[in-house]
Amino acid sequence: MENISVFRGERLVLDRVGFTLDAGDALLLTGPNGAGKSTLLRVLAGLRKPEGGHVLWSGVDALADRSQHAGRVAYLGHQDALKLGLTLRENLTLAARASGGNPDLCMKSLNISGLADLPARMLSAGQKRRAALARVLLAQAPLWLLDEPSLGLDINTMDLLGGLFAAHRQAGGIVIATTHVPLPLPNARTLALPGLNESDIPQPMEDFPEDDLL
Amino acid sequence: MKFQIPSLIMAILERDLRLALRHGADTLGAVLFFILAGALFPLALGPSPELLRRMAPGIVWVCALLAALLPLDRLFGAELEDGSLDQLLMTGLPASLIALAKMMAHWLTTGLPLLLAAGPLAIMLGMPSGSMVVLLTGLFLGTLILSLIGGMAASVVLGARRGGVLLPLLVLPLTTPALIFGAAALDAAQTGLSWGPDLELLGAFLAAAIPLCPLAAGAGLRAAVE
Repeated sequence: MENISVFRGERLVLDRVGFTLDAGDALLLTGPNGAGKSTLLRVLAGLRKPEGGHVLWSGVDALADRSQHAGRVAYLGHQDALKLGLTLRENLTLAARASGGNPDLCMKSLNISGLADLPARMLSAGQKRRAALARVLLAQAPLWLLDEPSLGLDINTMDLLGGLFAAHRQAGGIVIATTHVPLPLPNARTLALPGLNESDIPQPMEDFPEDDLL
Repeated sequence: MKFQIPSLIMAILERDLRLALRHGADTLGAVLFFILAGALFPLALGPSPELLRRMAPGIVWVCALLAALLPLDRLFGAELEDGSLDQLLMTGLPASLIALAKMMAHWLTTGLPLLLAAGPLAIMLGMPSGSMVVLLTGLFLGTLILSLIGGMAASVVLGARRGGVLLPLLVLPLTTPALIFGAAALDAAQTGLSWGPDLELLGAFLAAAIPLCPLAAGAGLRAAVE
């Protein structure tokens, strides 16, 4: 049913990376720091346009209509994107409005219902990460793009996350995650990004004078 | 997809207004600057009522323009830094409408309070009460223009280092027409000339800015998250 194939070539970070996933599949992106794992996720989310290649969804170019693509994707960045002055529930309101989902149910599945009315500035790093994961759940999207979802999570929450992953994949959803630690994703395929070659390293340095003009 | 565009714009507005209320000091900063800067003029120019009355239109307009600049830097900057901009774009709302919602929020949290403070400031400077309608109508249009052009400039410099320095350099030249027409309408009202044409030109400026600025700002937001 769902069938994504990505084939893209980018000058620096990613060079002609390609893969295909079916409904229920999971893919782990691994590689050294700076290998382009987060960049690849942002391309798949439609936040960044690839310099070459295509992202296909069921055979159709997904990035042609990025607003429509956004409805298919739940994106978790390396930042939690919570407004510290708002309560947890208020932080989730916008995502709930966008998807029509129920924020209370999502907070319950990540075990943070008790924190719903606390301002986000009072939460710990792990609790904030759980709140950001609740937003992923809230999006009710078939494709989950998670940038190091386990950051700051305790063992109990990792188990919880395993259950959520399993339920999502059982319902035909796809999980693509970057990680440096093992995630509870059985039978996940792994794509190892090679990282920078020696010859690529001077190239970003050349960009600096250009940037300095601003 | 189950989203509706107006309800999402409302959600962004609600969120920004709630944040503005929670961080009251930041919100009042612009208005305080406006009142303080306006109050310094009588001290610097000497307490001549005639001089102040003549200069009042210019003082109110220039102070309002500078005060509205203050919160622009954080308008999108805060969203970019904490990753919220990514999540806003992932709601599926077109980038230009996200920009429009943020511009409306800027007007509600900065332009509207400035408008409310402009009346007392003008009275303090001895502006005749007959010109008050012209002042407030002109400032109403002017603050809307400021929010639109300011939001556009803020999204264009987003992600650039030292964007805060670039911002006034971009905004002020683009808003000078509004300043000229707004102050000219007040001048005309004080000397008994017809002030209608100046306000109409302000309105025309606003009518051009409403569709163009959000479009440019949307492109700026897209480029900033790349």
